[in-house]
Amino acid sequence: MYEFAYHRPNSVRKAASLTASGEAKLLAGGQTLLPTMKQRLAAPDALVDLAGIEVLQGIELKGRTLHIGAMTRHADVASNATVREALPALASLAGGIGDPHVRAMGTLGGSIANNDPAADYPAACLGLGATIVTNKRRIAADDFFTGMFETALEDGEIITKVLFPLPRRAAYAKFDNPASRYALVGVFVSKRGRDIRVAVTGAGPCVFRVPAMEEALGRRFSPKSLEDISVDAGDLNSDIHASAEYRAHLVGVMARRAVLAT
Amino acid sequence: MSKTGIGAPVRRLEDHRFITGAGNYTDDVNIAGQAYAAFARSEHAHASVRKVDASKAMKVAGVVAVFTGADLEKDAIGPLPAGWMIHSKDGSPMNAPGHPCLVQGKARYVGDPIAVVIGETQAAARAGAEALEIDYDVHEAVTDMMKTASSPIQLHDGAPKNTCYEWELGDKAATAAAFKQAKHVTKLQIINNRLVPNAMEPRSAVGDYDSGTGVSTVYTTSQNPHVARLVMSAFLNVAPEHKLRVIAPDVGGGFGSKIYVYPEEVVCTWAAKKVGRAVKWTAERTESFITDAHGRDHVTTAELATDERGKILALRVHTTANLGAYPSLFATCVPTYLYATLLSGQYDIPAIYAEVDAVYTNTVPVDAYRGAGRPEATFVVERLVEVCARELGIDPATFRKRNFVKKFPHQTPVIMMYDAGDYAASLNKACDIIDYKGFGKRKREAARRGKLRGIGFSTYIEACGIAPSAAVGSLGAGVGLWESAEVRVNPTGNVEILTGSHSHGQGHETTFAQLVSERLGIGIDQVSIVHGDTDKVQFGMGTYGSRSGAVGMTAISKALDKVEAKAKKIASHLLEAAEADIEFKDGAFSVSGTDKKVTFPEVALNAYVAHKFPSSEIEPGLKEGAFHDPANFTFPAGCHICEIEIDPETGVSEVVNWVAVDDFGIVINPMIVEGQVHGGIAQGVGQALLERAVYDDSGQLVTASYMDYCMPRADNLPSFKVDTTVTPCPSNPLGIKGCGEAGAIAAPPAVINAITDALGHENISMPATPQAVWQAVRKGMAKAAE
Amino acid sequence: MPKVTMTVNGTSASADVEPRTLLSQFLRDHLRLTGTHVGCDTSQCGACVVHVDGRAVKSCTTLAVQWNGASVTTIEGLASGDQLHPMQEAFREHHGLQCGFCTPGMIMAAVDMVNRHGGVPDEKTIREGLEGNICRCTGYHNIVKAIGAGAAAMTGGKQAAE
Repeated sequence: MYEFAYHRPNSVRKAASLTASGEAKLLAGGQTLLPTMKQRLAAPDALVDLAGIEVLQGIELKGRTLHIGAMTRHADVASNATVREALPALASLAGGIGDPHVRAMGTLGGSIANNDPAADYPAACLGLGATIVTNKRRIAADDFFTGMFETALEDGEIITKVLFPLPRRAAYAKFDNPASRYALVGVFVSKRGRDIRVAVTGAGPCVFRVPAMEEALGRRFSPKSLEDISVDAGDLNSDIHASAEYRAHLVGVMARRAVLAT
Repeated sequence: MSKTGIGAPVRRLEDHRFITGAGNYTDDVNIAGQAYAAFARSEHAHASVRKVDASKAMKVAGVVAVFTGADLEKDAIGPLPAGWMIHSKDGSPMNAPGHPCLVQGKARYVGDPIAVVIGETQAAARAGAEALEIDYDVHEAVTDMMKTASSPIQLHDGAPKNTCYEWELGDKAATAAAFKQAKHVTKLQIINNRLVPNAMEPRSAVGDYDSGTGVSTVYTTSQNPHVARLVMSAFLNVAPEHKLRVIAPDVGGGFGSKIYVYPEEVVCTWAAKKVGRAVKWTAERTESFITDAHGRDHVTTAELATDERGKILALRVHTTANLGAYPSLFATCVPTYLYATLLSGQYDIPAIYAEVDAVYTNTVPVDAYRGAGRPEATFVVERLVEVCARELGIDPATFRKRNFVKKFPHQTPVIMMYDAGDYAASLNKACDIIDYKGFGKRKREAARRGKLRGIGFSTYIEACGIAPSAAVGSLGAGVGLWESAEVRVNPTGNVEILTGSHSHGQGHETTFAQLVSERLGIGIDQVSIVHGDTDKVQFGMGTYGSRSGAVGMTAISKALDKVEAKAKKIASHLLEAAEADIEFKDGAFSVSGTDKKVTFPEVALNAYVAHKFPSSEIEPGLKEGAFHDPANFTFPAGCHICEIEIDPETGVSEVVNWVAVDDFGIVINPMIVEGQVHGGIAQGVGQALLERAVYDDSGQLVTASYMDYCMPRADNLPSFKVDTTVTPCPSNPLGIKGCGEAGAIAAPPAVINAITDALGHENISMPATPQAVWQAVRKGMAKAAE
Repeated sequence: MPKVTMTVNGTSASADVEPRTLLSQFLRDHLRLTGTHVGCDTSQCGACVVHVDGRAVKSCTTLAVQWNGASVTTIEGLASGDQLHPMQEAFREHHGLQCGFCTPGMIMAAVDMVNRHGGVPDEKTIREGLEGNICRCTGYHNIVKAIGAGAAAMTGGKQAAE
């Protein structure tokens, strides 16, 4: 690891000013950032640790919306009674990220800010139509995930919380990469009134929705509705673990399994 | 059986330090004033190094020194040698260029060390290594073993066609004649996938030099510290043997990968003298991936000839073996004498002919990995046998039994003389335990759940207890493969065993103590096992090839014989009786037919006090040594049966049932033996389903971390049902055959036989990843639709 | 260099460290608590697992400076004097280790698994709970057995409420 300065501000405002230059990086759970820095693939001048900022913590149900602080750890989302009751699909997704020790550290905000193409939370945000709240604005999930490791966040912009509208039905089905255990393909399906969402992670360069599946589920919310719908392999990732064709196939399988599990 | 003697499931004596964090691994060793080494490694798979400019690196804060291959050359530090001579079929000796510890001229794989930077801290050393300016002349690389022999790219001047040797074994003409007579021939193309051993402890070395005594000391992650010292002295010129101490403390797994001498331990030892302080290096995992010797990596064409009843007539194989960029220490014997000699399997095969071409590619050197050659042979034989049985419509268990060797000793056409076994017994027992008869019902039940269920056999044999020295010498080995032991009885009656075997997970501190407990009638807590330090143990050949029981313990047993004989003499004086009348039982010497006795500790004390016997006849003290050279290999064998369920939608294969019935001869500690079987199966299942090292065309290792190299995890495996049958090994007094590699040898064909049984066709290679199985399921469906 | 103070195995420990010092390096290099091992660079092998403020984390993937004021338990601090922790005892009794390198992380992860679970997890739960710990020696068979037994000893055999 290269040398860097360490800051632990106690307010979002201070954190924002420390990162305004763009040379510093925010440290949330660190479960992706620190391994990247250890491999000397990232060399920020400074790390701004968000763990000391109380307002970034916490889980609260306000009406039909679940508010989750950006620094809430995966383990806490997974085990939280409110989440398990109100949005079990999200609790179960959080409980399947990485491994128990990674979940003890990793955070919601860190995961979506990083927007790893194989991360789980982006599928939940997009699949539930979540709103990402930052120190500057509110961003709809549909506008937030802009590309591989790319988001709509600007320098000095810090995610403070994510608002998840409660669906009537939702489930996440994930096919693990056998080695890394990231999502080779993960599909989040939800239904909230007429708003039906199918969000896919792992398969492409960035989390994406599958309108054809959403329309089919809109006609009839059943795994059978998806049987003849395929996604175009041409847009998908291909690597030693899975060809684009196999990923495209798995999107169908996981989508059907997710619908079945809702 | 006593509670702590032979056959007792004694809880391990070494565990206390490991479960409390008090183990002492090489990276735990710190020497006052130590500096740290970081290696600058070739980023290219094939490149001439024109210049290493260290001027910027030397300016990095905390950098102490930079050394390159030229510095090693100046001090006449030799290259790493190949330790086993193989001759090609035309009689010419193999082409085995040495591996310089730091590149001299060309780098031949990504990771080949070019320079070392010594720093005050690990971070300083690494920063220095990054600041080195290396001027490369990049050449095209060849990574495909099937293309390298005909490639215009040449790795070594001394190895035309990038070939180490073209070797053969067996009777070519007799085999061809048998194939002519055959009513049925089964032919398979087999890829034995390249694996990375991945002991959980990364390699590490701490070199130190004492200018007062002129002694160099290196702590290193080695399975055989004496072999390391011998190679570093005799071949590399690091220090004379009597001025070099090699210590392999607690070692966190080896699986073969820590047999060999590696550049880093050599450089740390040498550099410590240059910079006048201890030098420490520990691999990062990615560094392990690109520097630890890999395993397997064969491409084979194999044919099996039978008569109309399914009696095997002959076997013929052609194998290409990838050695990587250089011949690692024992690499050349792995695809030859550890492979082709096992091609008879458990079967009576009249004629066998094997050809092996060993080739160089721009990849990490390949050497022995758990099983070493024998898993590759077993995979060839057990796949052929299974497929042949299917093609002939004969039940695979019946087919095997029809062809088993039944009379012993049995001379195979490929050197080995099997000495004892009962192959049908282990097969029958395994069938009973797994309820083979009930498989059809389980398959139908799985089908109702949408799963494809298959069953696969593997009746394997291995040659262990490596090895009779004269025999291996005649086959090209550069060393003898005996083992040594010393038994030191202290005046208070407790015992220290010095052994040349090395324990890195095998539990020698327990099993060796059990032997002593059994023989001397003292508690295991009265026994210490001393190993892993060339200053303490005179010499030893180390631990690999499932040899520590059959060879290492036999050496201890022979030394105990001598201790007992001398103690008996002393006891006869203490008891004032004729030596012939002294009996030794349960830790006491007695005069037969009387109740006069003296305990072992009393004899020990008297041996050192030396008041009560004539020292003109008997020397004081009680310490004996022995060297044991085995008379034959040992032949563990057994039957593993695996049941798999495939999810045809995703291609995921789940191992749902595993039975292993092994014949390891006499077992010292069944708990430890079962643990060895479990671990071996896991590595075999890993090879069959999960693991592979992948190079791209440019020679970059794509699978260089656990993000891409799939290690077996707890949820990839079931609990195993493990049992034994016993035919004692006739070639050593303890009857031990060895158990360390069996699981890794047996497992891969059992898995693939189960998968192909479920699929209904044979078109799948290892590793049978979900994607590969999904494709195979589709192929099967397409075939069925035809 | 920032000064870090934490309670490690019940004893206050402090040192001036570079911010880039990982918790695992702080424990191994500064405190010479070498029971915590490092087996990979990518947060997967779990040999480095320790408990921080009651949670199992990978000490190779967190900075020492993040834990100023925290309470850390390593494998060296698990036993009470000569009295082994039931999970340590279970690993020995059931031969849940061979080379011993992954063992400290395995045991710390196992204790955490039982703490979170509250009872005796079934085999499937144990195997899935070990996703973050790699062992190359045992094939996990005896580790799974040991954790079941250790859990029973820790919880008095209480079957877990799922």
